[in-house]
Order: sequence, then C-alpha cells, then structure tokens
Amino acid sequence: MSSLEVKDLHVTINGSHILQGVNFFVPENKVTALLGRNGVGKSTTLKAIMGLNPGTGSIKFGGTEIVAMPTHKIVRLGMGYVPEDREIFASLTVKENLSLAARDEKPNYEMVYALFPELLTRTGQRAGTLSGGQQQMVAISRALLNQNKILLIDEPTKGLAPKLVTEVAKSLAHIADHSTMLIVEQNLALVKAIAQNIIVMDQGKVVFEGGPENLQDESFVKSMLGVSGGHK
Amino acid sequence: MSTFLLILITGIGLGALYFLVASGLSLIYGLMGVLNFAHGAFLTIGAFTGLWIATKVFPNPTTWTFIFSMFAGGIAAGLFALLMEQLVITRLYNRHIDQALVTVGVSLVVTALLGGWFGFDARFLPTPLWFTKAATIGDAIIPVDRFIYIGVAAILLIAMLSILKFTRIGLIIRAGVENRSMVTALGINVRLAFSTVFFIGGFAAGVGGVLISVFSYGVSPLMGGSWLIYGFIVVVVGGMGSIAGSAIAAMLIGITNQFANYYVTGLGDFVVVIILAAVLLTKPTGLLGKVSH
Repeated sequence: MSSLEVKDLHVTINGSHILQGVNFFVPENKVTALLGRNGVGKSTTLKAIMGLNPGTGSIKFGGTEIVAMPTHKIVRLGMGYVPEDREIFASLTVKENLSLAARDEKPNYEMVYALFPELLTRTGQRAGTLSGGQQQMVAISRALLNQNKILLIDEPTKGLAPKLVTEVAKSLAHIADHSTMLIVEQNLALVKAIAQNIIVMDQGKVVFEGGPENLQDESFVKSMLGVSGGHK
Repeated sequence: MSTFLLILITGIGLGALYFLVASGLSLIYGLMGVLNFAHGAFLTIGAFTGLWIATKVFPNPTTWTFIFSMFAGGIAAGLFALLMEQLVITRLYNRHIDQALVTVGVSLVVTALLGGWFGFDARFLPTPLWFTKAATIGDAIIPVDRFIYIGVAAILLIAMLSILKFTRIGLIIRAGVENRSMVTALGINVRLAFSTVFFIGGFAAGVGGVLISVFSYGVSPLMGGSWLIYGFIVVVVGGMGSIAGSAIAAMLIGITNQFANYYVTGLGDFVVVIILAAVLLTKPTGLLGKVSH
C-alpha cells in the first residue's frame, strides 16, 4: 500500500497560517503533480508530509497515520524525498552522500548509476563542487537507492539549464513508470509528460483535482496557475 | 633561540589543552546548536575523577596509573555529558535560550556540589616522577609535561578525525553539522549522533581536565569555568563544528598567548581577545567554520 491521503492539513509557521485545511489523495502507482503559483504552500505541504513542518489534521500513508510521527520514522515507512534546492551535503563526496542515504540491506546502486552514469565518474568528488544538474542527480539518487513506496519530489528542474532540464525530465519519466510519486513542478511540459493526476493549490488550500488533460486548456492554466500553458 | 623554542613548545602544549576543551564544544554546537555552558563542568568532573584514581585507587603514581586516571576522567566526564544530554538537553531541542540557561545551571550545581564536598582549595594531583623532569632540545630546556599534553591531544585529534571520516556515525555527524533536518529526511535518527557527540565531547574535556590539573598544579571545582572561556574563544576562532578548525585555533591562541606574555608582559589574554575580534570582524564563521547558527 503506497497511497497517501491528506485530510484537513493545517500548518502554521512563525504565526502565519500557511496551509489552511489541505485535502487530497495520491493513488498508488500513479504520478500526481502538485501545482500552483509561488508561495501557495506546495513545498510546505511536502515538508508537512515528511514531518519537517509540524502540522495538524490527518496524513495517512498506506493506511498508517503519520501526522505526528518523527521524520526518520516516516521515511522508514518507505518515503523518499527530493527537496527543493537539492539540499545535498556539500562537504561530503558523492559516494558519502549516497551511502548516507542508503538504508536498505541492498541499496540499488546499479539502478542509480545506470540512470545517472555521470555520477559513477564523480564518486570521490565533493558534492558542493558539482554543477546544479549533477547535484540534482545526487538528490534524486538518494531517494532512489532504497525500495521506497512513494517519492516526494519538490521542483526537480528548478534553476537548471534547459539541457539539464531535459536530462532530469527523462530520468523522472523513467522513474515514473513504476512508482507512486507526488511531484511539485512548475514545468508544465514535464507535468504533462509524466503525471496522471494534477492537484492545484491556491492560498494554502486545494482548489482543483483532476486529470492532466486540463493543462491543455489555456484559460484553465492561466486562471489556476497564472502562466501561459504553452511552455510553463 | 632556546627561549623561543621553550615558549613555542609551551604554547603548543597550552594549545593542546585548549583543543581538548574546545573540540567537544565545537561539535556539540555545530551539530545541535547547543551552547553548552556545562562543558567546564565536564572538565572538572574529569579532573576530580582523575584525582580520586590517583590518590585513592592507585596512590603510587606510575605511567600506567596516570594513563588510567586520564582514561577514567574521560569516561566519567563522557558519561556525565551523556546523562545531561539524555535528561535535560533532549527535552529542550530547538529551545536555544533555555538550553543555555539550563547548562549554566548544571555548571553552577556541579561547582557548588564539588566545592561543598571537597572545598575550593586546589588539590595536588600526583604524577609519575618523570613528569617533573625536563628534556633538552638544542639549548632549550623544556618541561616534559608539555610533550604529554601535545601527545594526548594529537592522539585524540587523530581519533576524532578518524571517527568522523571512517565511521557511519561520523558520516552522520558531518552531514548533521551541515544540514540536520536533511539527515532526518534520509530516515536517520539523528538523536544517536547527538548522544555520541556529547559523549565524545565530554570524554575529551574529561581527559583535558586531568591534564589541566597537572598544568595548573591542582584540581579545583572552579577550574572548569576559567578554561571554558578559552574553549569558547577557540571554537569561535576555529569555526563551529570543525574539529580541524578547533585544533588550528587552539594552537594559534596557545602560541600567541605565550609569546605575548613573554614579550609584552601580561598581555597574553589581551592579544587573544584581539585575535577573536579580528576573526569575528573578517570571517564570522571562523577559520574553518561549516555552520552559522
């Protein structure tokens, strides 16, 4: 069971009521994209699911209530997390970054190096000296090393050069084939390519849930996301 | 030349003692953001344990009994640090002002209890006879205890760096110093790393306490407080969370202090404060700092 059900989730940070009763469902073996303008609470939602931002309400992962659980226990239930801005450990080598993340008895290094062969040649390099794209590969690899039931991925193409966006998007499409995934992404082309469901947030609440075919509708995209549907 | 060499080696010896006090402080602050004012108490507990071993358990001092005293002092201080972390600090994570206040409280309680029990006069810690001898290097006559401080600090420095570099818990500590919440987001219970760091820090301070008792010619309940100030200065200059930074800063401060005291009588502490101010103004994260809480 790898479905995720969020009900009436509230998060307050430094007195600001960021999430105001968020409800949505992430079905098993499907990719769900969490969309919305900047600052509507998408990353906060992912962090709340991970237990990094304490929240109230209900979050059920595979039927288990995780809302008050410590982060490391939530992760051990089978949740992989790729944070916004990568958050790789800059002073550690690529190999150390990966071995720190490995918690399964047999971490899947082969799959990770097959997906990102570039990392294999840089195992001894300090992660802080990698390019943005390579750092993103490390961040994604950390989540893929273990047999996770769900992947939470926060803006994987943010700040990457167009060529690297294509490379990361290709990898995500490959992963999406056989995973349950909740992805926050501003790149609508990528969302259209991999997502089976979309959730749109505005001002700390979910305002739309449906299929990605809605993203073909220019007026929907403009009204919901405030961007032009063609490229963003 | 002989005076220069004497001052240099004495400065390195003093720096070695500063390192033993500062290394744990640096790791504890770097990983957990805990400003641990009780660290001086760890040092004092180590010193009193060493005194007890050296006077009651093995009253005829030999090299081995002294080594045992140092080890016992380290273990006692490490266990006390662990106990304090489990009973007090775990309840106050992310409440930094409360942590600072409670560690000040622990420090005052330990000083008062030891003072009430043993009195505040310094007690002599017996050492093997050869500790009081001097070695001749060139024209310089150097007390051998300086080499013991340097040797012990070097062993602990290598041990700490090896733990950090080659063990899983060391990897977690290094990563935690950089980004604690991301470590937990990888499914790692970072609390184990916190406890390890407290124990290692307490151990180093305890061993330092026994050696400082030799350097200062006595064990006193008040010794922790005065050395803690230097510990904090070393941590700030070296950079929070960096063992190598602490080692470099400890040497810099120890050597500068000794030279300044010799050439500009009594101004050693003043020069140390100047170094502290210069680092704070030019590189607030310290020489090799990794975190800035």
